[in-house]
Amino acid sequence: MTAQPQTLQRPARTDKGADLRPKRRITGPGVMRAYTWLIILWLILPIFVMILFGFNDTSGRYNQSWEGFTLKWYGRLFDIDDLTRGLITSLVVAVVSSLAAGALGTGIGYALGRYRFRGSGSVNLIMFATISSPELVMGASLLTFFVSLGVGLGVVTLTIAHIMFSISFVATVVRARVMTLDRSIEEAAADLGATAWTTFWKITFPIILPAVFSGVLLAFALSIDDFVVSNFTAGNAVTFPLWIWGATRVGIPPQVNVMGTLIFVAGVVIAVAFNIRSRRAQRD
Amino acid sequence: MTTTPQHLAGNGRTATGDHPAIRFDGVVKNYLAHGETVAAVKRTDMEIAQGEFFSLLGPSGCGKTTTMRMIAGFEEPTAGKVYLDGRDVTGVTPNRRDINMVFQSYALFPHLNVFQNVAFGLERKKVARDEIRRRVGEILEIVSLSGMDKRAPREMSGGQQQRVALARALVNRPRALLLDEPLGALDLKLRQQMQVELKRIQREVGITFVYVTHDQGEALTMSDRIAVMNAGVIEQLGSPREIYEKPASRFVAGFIGTSNIVDGHVERIEGGLALLNYSTQDRVVCPVPGAVRRGDKLEVSVRPEKIDLHRGVPPVTATGGSVLSGIVNEVVYHGTSTNYTVATAAGADFTVFDQNAANADDLADRGDRVYLTWAPQHSYLIGV
Repeated sequence: MTAQPQTLQRPARTDKGADLRPKRRITGPGVMRAYTWLIILWLILPIFVMILFGFNDTSGRYNQSWEGFTLKWYGRLFDIDDLTRGLITSLVVAVVSSLAAGALGTGIGYALGRYRFRGSGSVNLIMFATISSPELVMGASLLTFFVSLGVGLGVVTLTIAHIMFSISFVATVVRARVMTLDRSIEEAAADLGATAWTTFWKITFPIILPAVFSGVLLAFALSIDDFVVSNFTAGNAVTFPLWIWGATRVGIPPQVNVMGTLIFVAGVVIAVAFNIRSRRAQRD
Repeated sequence: MTTTPQHLAGNGRTATGDHPAIRFDGVVKNYLAHGETVAAVKRTDMEIAQGEFFSLLGPSGCGKTTTMRMIAGFEEPTAGKVYLDGRDVTGVTPNRRDINMVFQSYALFPHLNVFQNVAFGLERKKVARDEIRRRVGEILEIVSLSGMDKRAPREMSGGQQQRVALARALVNRPRALLLDEPLGALDLKLRQQMQVELKRIQREVGITFVYVTHDQGEALTMSDRIAVMNAGVIEQLGSPREIYEKPASRFVAGFIGTSNIVDGHVERIEGGLALLNYSTQDRVVCPVPGAVRRGDKLEVSVRPEKIDLHRGVPPVTATGGSVLSGIVNEVVYHGTSTNYTVATAAGADFTVFDQNAANADDLADRGDRVYLTWAPQHSYLIGV
């Protein structure tokens, strides 16, 4: 997944909902202009190649040189059973882990953003550690952990691992939002007779929902294309990236490009829809 | 607004009458900061009457907000009890207190429209849909926001948001309404307009208002009674006139309006008037109670607008009152008046407001020698 949900997060709203940042054209004259386009090209080129080769009318095992335009791979998208199963596994794991990480991470993020408590410093540190530690280290230690517990590796351990590394991202995004949330808004709800439970669901949660949503998307994106941690913890289960890795030696079929394209398009659609919605909410 | 809906005027319930709306009984609030106990509010006893417009006035950090938050239930007193309508509410959570608050930041719910914001409290009380609609409509009319129910808070001006916050609290017909510097974010013109408006609304709904502010002008113009707080202590509690005319302490004298304060030892007492001499011609005359003796040290305050400024010539008319000579340090022209700062023979710098009346052609300049005079009754002995 190539969309970047982090950019989806709305900037903290200013007084009248107006964006006070000065306007700046990205297509200035001369060097800056060329530089800008170079960077854009650099970012977009791999994606473009991936999409393009989904339309490649290749006949051999290697989808590496252009042989003409075709739509047939879209029609034969699910012809490779193992790949299809891998994609389904990936989608299921991504949905389950992003929702679970969303729920848990929101709780942690809210607590860290709202209160100071014994151990909050350590929680912050641990979150930072999980975000910054190399995936290899995380994957290897998770494997040791699961093996020493005697748990059989499979979809369950895979999902637990994905939830584990996603929580910190959700919590960080939610915490940032909660910290800018006016404390007196929740006090006002209590003052008007709401219990803590009602206050959270009627007031706090709807206000921080965009951040929670961003966090969940981020977790989804991290999960669906994760390779390193999955490789350690999946056991016999095969995900989409694991299948591709296995296929590299025998040649990657164009279906992989098509699936990648579809995932990418879905991400872009969600991002654009989210942006339009929040822009409309700001204008109304 | 001409008519008042019946139930709002009557507070919707049988008023208990014999109990004060709010009572503090030996309330103390301490905080623990960096391992040290800091007293935010020192032992306080006070009563706020039903239907009163009561102000808590003081500089920031004086404990006025903490006091209010203890009434609302956001803070619990370290010691003592808080009573609402005669009922002990110490330890009762905010959502179960029959009190509503208008927050300094308004704290409107950004994702709800005006109607939903105002209806929030009634919905929590499970009031029937029809009645919610009716009561929200009524209160929006009182705060002059009719027809704005569908607006989102962010589409409204500061003054309008302020009214929504007010309506959201008042619609619940609370026992008392707490207002935390509610006009602080508004510009001067709007603030003055809202002061009048608030006073009108309070008259119409007949609910006890507890108003927290650091703006003495606001407190003086709106309140029935004012509690002036400093460093966690109510220094004086009284009507605006009492507080202005008879400040109980040096702090109150200085915080409410401008005061000139002189120290001195009593030279002699004649007919209830103490005489403080600074030189043969510089003296302060002040009415004192019988307990004051010759040689006592006194602090005397006098308001700047009570003082007459005479240029050059020692005045003959002022023989019975106070006379202080001095040098003009500063002249600030204000249109309706001119403010002088005068270094006096008594040692203290005096501020004098001189009305720019029709005959005011005797303007003094910086460096001029002037004589300040005022009648004995305008001297006020502090702390008695």
